[in-house]
Amino acid sequence: MSEAPLIEVKDLGVTLNTSRGPAQAVRGVSFALRRGETLGLVGESGCGKSVTALALMGLLHESAVISGSIRLDGAELVGLPDAAYCKLRGNRISMIFQEPMTALNPMHTIGHQVAEPLLRHTGVSATQARQEAIALLDRVGLPDAAKRVDAYPHQFSGGQRQRITIAMALACQPDVLIADEPTTALDVTIQGQILDLIAGLVAERGMSMILISHDLGVIAENVERMMVMYGGTVVESGETDAVFTRMGHPYTQGLFRARPRLGARKGTRLKTIAGTVPELADLPAGCTFADRCTIAEARCRAALPAVVDVGAAHGVRCIRTDVSMAAGGVGA
Amino acid sequence: MSAPLTASAGTAAIARPVTGFWRRALRHRSFVLGSVLSLFVLGAALLSLVWTPWSAYDIDVASKLHPPSASHWLGTDVLGRDIVSLLLVGARSTIMVGVIAVGIGLSFGVGLGLVAAARKGWTEELIMRMSDFTFAFPAVLSAIMLAAVAGPGMVTSITAIGIFQIPTFVRVTRGSANAIWAREFVLAARAAGKGSFRITIEHVLPNILSILIVQATIQFALAILAEAALSYLGLGTQPPQPSWGRMLNDAQTLLFQSPMLAVYPGAAIAIAVLGLNLLGDGLRDLLDPRLARER
Ligand SMILES: Nc1ncnc2c1ncn2[C@@H]1O[C@H](COP(=O)(O)OP(=O)(O)OP(=O)(O)O)[C@@H](O)[C@H]1O
Ligand SMILES: [Mg+2]
Repeated sequence: MSEAPLIEVKDLGVTLNTSRGPAQAVRGVSFALRRGETLGLVGESGCGKSVTALALMGLLHESAVISGSIRLDGAELVGLPDAAYCKLRGNRISMIFQEPMTALNPMHTIGHQVAEPLLRHTGVSATQARQEAIALLDRVGLPDAAKRVDAYPHQFSGGQRQRITIAMALACQPDVLIADEPTTALDVTIQGQILDLIAGLVAERGMSMILISHDLGVIAENVERMMVMYGGTVVESGETDAVFTRMGHPYTQGLFRARPRLGARKGTRLKTIAGTVPELADLPAGCTFADRCTIAEARCRAALPAVVDVGAAHGVRCIRTDVSMAAGGVGA
Repeated sequence: MSAPLTASAGTAAIARPVTGFWRRALRHRSFVLGSVLSLFVLGAALLSLVWTPWSAYDIDVASKLHPPSASHWLGTDVLGRDIVSLLLVGARSTIMVGVIAVGIGLSFGVGLGLVAAARKGWTEELIMRMSDFTFAFPAVLSAIMLAAVAGPGMVTSITAIGIFQIPTFVRVTRGSANAIWAREFVLAARAAGKGSFRITIEHVLPNILSILIVQATIQFALAILAEAALSYLGLGTQPPQPSWGRMLNDAQTLLFQSPMLAVYPGAAIAIAVLGLNLLGDGLRDLLDPRLARER
């Protein structure tokens, strides 16, 4: 517990330039992650998960304004020049994307794309990098890796391509892996395999992982701690077990009730939470969830609620936890 | 101009070097016709390097304005020069001016366009405003200004046409490069730590190459037209170097006496421009991945 955090985010805010003017896509996100820890980020589409991830990677459009602090091993990343960020990306902090079909360049062989980060960040020779790429592709479960290393992305299935992007992200043994909905675009049967693969690699290499998903089930099974996001703010955070045992925020509870059941069709919508995610440009001044919340009062809309501790390291951004956690709570 | 942050599902892969390209190409009518016409002009230019029926430079006023005959297939001009020989050597000047001018436009234009797309911000703004400014001066106008300073001649016309081509290439390059920069594989490459130079060379350029090839073909046709116009105005190729534009100019005073003297170079220009435009259209169809998949 006394170990210094590997990555520490304090009061992260992101303001994006939208067609309707500047909009706060992310507000007051704070967390710390030690080496080897896993953190889940869950929330509906458009709640700011990817924007948070891209902010950590320094990959947001240059018009985006980032406030707060992101520290990697104590070194501040906010405001770091791009050239310095390039040395970290792919080397110390890596990312896997949602859409494996488009995350690979159609013009280059997969071997080239996996070996690239190695050539750039480590001093290995081209032959060594190729050997390493084959080993990696083999490790991520690409069949016949040695033979297919010179094939092009279009010659692989979606699941295989996601394995290739994982190999690419892990090539330089990064300390932190951000997986942004790595299985959303995949077949249900493949999803589990890919998640197991990622979990295995993370454990095997002692990496820290931030797993982003809109699927509570994925979060429950794969991470130690979790954060629930809504409208750009973290509405609840804590140990995964603690959160699932005692959900504090009405949104988390709604999300849980609305989760697709086992065997339900992929892409099932969150029908039980009435209303829609608020537009970024006109986020309410108070609690972002107030408009869809069944127990909201006038004071919920007055100001953004502070985080209330409801257990050990279990925080809820709600001023009505007395009600939500008493009767309306979903419980275990 | 903000890059989308989320994956756009369904944006399909960009064309990989298409297998069976030639099979499709041979069935594409405007590509075939365009290639034939362009190769015809190129062949004429190459032929003139080793052989012309007569010398294109020898003046023989005694045999001026001959009608077509067995020895002079298309007759002779007002100075007694053989028309066929003039057309052949003229093709050479035309192609040379075109190649160098497009080369200038391509290298500067693509370079600046790629930088604009990679750097964004004020760099992009500056490059685009500068190219707007350049674009406002037609080649003829910049040639007149250049000729006033450096004197008329082939170098002047090449430079003027080349400069005039730059902004078009800047725009096309920047537009298509921006589209590639917004693609997820570029985001993935950046996440893997690639800098903007590497991304430009490895990801952007290969993916916009086909667009540039098509644009260069069409710009070549425009350069030929501009060269003819400048020579016609006396700003381009200087006598005794034959060029199609000069031939038109020479024919002008004799338009009623020997109208065919204007028709021949006019037809040569038309064939070259038509050929290149058809070729460009054909290449566009053949290299465009979306169209390619529909076929
Ligand atoms: N480049 C951008 N310019 C303006 N607004 C943006 C941009 N990218 C994202 N947004 C907005 O920011 C908000 C958060 O988007 P984000 O991509 O982080 O959502 P997400 O939680 O990752 O959703 P999903 O589950 O669909 O991936 C959305 O309202 C989105 O419209
Ligand atoms: Mg997302």
